[in-house]
Amino acid sequence: MSGSRLTISRVVSSLTRLTTGATARWTGSEPTATQRVYFANHTSHLDTLVLWSLLPPHVRLLTRPVAAREYWNASGLRRFVANELFNAVLIARPDQAVGEASSQVALASRAFSAMLEAMAGDHSLILFPEGTRGNGTTMRPFKSGLYHLARKKPGLEMIPVYLENLNRILPKGELLPIPLLVSVSFGPPLYLGEEESKNSFLARARHAIEELRV
Amino acid sequence: MNVIMDGQLIWMLSGVVGLLVVASVIGFLLGRGITDDGKRAVIDNLNARTRSWWVMCAVFAVAVASGGVGSIILFALMSFLALREFITLTPTNRGDHRTLFWMFFIVIPLHYYLVASHWYGLFSILIPVYVFLFVPLRSALAGDTANFLERTAKIQWGVMVCVYCVSHAPALLMLEIPGYHGNAKLLFFLVLVVQLSDVLQYVFGKTLGRRKIAPTVSPNKTWEGFLGGVTCSSLIGAGLWWATPFTPLQAGGMALAINLMGFSGGLCMSAIKRDRGVKDFGTMIEGHGGIMDRIDSISFAAPVFFHLTRFYFT
Repeated sequence: MSGSRLTISRVVSSLTRLTTGATARWTGSEPTATQRVYFANHTSHLDTLVLWSLLPPHVRLLTRPVAAREYWNASGLRRFVANELFNAVLIARPDQAVGEASSQVALASRAFSAMLEAMAGDHSLILFPEGTRGNGTTMRPFKSGLYHLARKKPGLEMIPVYLENLNRILPKGELLPIPLLVSVSFGPPLYLGEEESKNSFLARARHAIEELRV
Repeated sequence: MNVIMDGQLIWMLSGVVGLLVVASVIGFLLGRGITDDGKRAVIDNLNARTRSWWVMCAVFAVAVASGGVGSIILFALMSFLALREFITLTPTNRGDHRTLFWMFFIVIPLHYYLVASHWYGLFSILIPVYVFLFVPLRSALAGDTANFLERTAKIQWGVMVCVYCVSHAPALLMLEIPGYHGNAKLLFFLVLVVQLSDVLQYVFGKTLGRRKIAPTVSPNKTWEGFLGGVTCSSLIGAGLWWATPFTPLQAGGMALAINLMGFSGGLCMSAIKRDRGVKDFGTMIEGHGGIMDRIDSISFAAPVFFHLTRFYFT
């Protein structure tokens, strides 16, 4: 971990918190460096930046956002931000790829192994299980990556995060943001039940985010 | 930028510093040896408020002393932050995105530019006429008709209160009052009187408050607090006549008008907060809440004080 990355991360996160007026509310969990998966609703390109900025500095350096490769590889600046700033885990989104069902499955399994690999050390992940940005009113159905992670790593803390107002600040399709205040709620950890099915776990995860909406 | 070294302004400032010193000492003395949790919370909040007052007074003093530009920039920034808190709390739709972008980044700078350039004619109608008509048009062009009237009204209201009304405080600097110089003192007079009235209403309310004025709107506002705060602060206003173009009696009357409007502003903003189910507009100022919680009274008092002064004294 280079010193300059720490400095840049501090500057960027402070600026983000200043301009968005973002405040974090932790209920039932604490901002510690425990290995976990933060999963949040996704409505804006700013989501990753804001969530990441609200983590304490030492936790932030250990937390890697999972992001779409085709978006973050599209320009030199984005590549720099994804690699040098966020240390993001870049994956190809299965449903964005055109082609055979078998290649979709291959992409999904490759994305999953990339996440597992990223968690081999003590890194945590930031995940948007909807897979893509929604309209801000209702969440899309969750992808199953969250469930598979929970199965592969028993006892892993899954922290639900609700990002409020980001869809109003920079909605999908808009170029210019408006300066509203952001609030981010972190909830109590979710664990996979012993005999719990995929659908029931994903439904519970979705509900956990909705619960944080006040 | 000319630094204002006005003797009277320095006297007013010294008075404020004196008050803050007294408040800090009282807060310290009250805090000693208190173990009861409920009382502790009240005293801690009181001391947090006093600390924030030091910061706010320092910022305001620097802005006023730096001449017109400093005050205008400060109020423009407060309008920006207040509108941000207001719109955050007020549900708007996707279709309002670009309308709001205009409000924050075009209307606020343009309006305060008019204050700075002393263009009274356009200053007084830009928002009530042109922006009033522009807001629904821009949102209609965005094509979203759900709750159209409601959304439009909310944006118009936010811009009127947070930008138009608040800007009448620095607009005092553009008034030309025969035989009077240093309008910064008039701005100081307005802000000092309205904030003292808030503080004194809080103090009288906490110590003597029994009968609530509007329990459903603001449980902290009591008749005892209102009468005590408004009376004291109007008397202090009268005592500051030497820094204004007014006689002592006129200064007292002006202060009374300021205080009554300030109270109304606080009450109306409380109604909005209750309706939205929040206690404060924001968290920016420790102990006070958001910017809007601090300038709610100024937003109602400033236009009335501005026009009373403009009508009778220019």
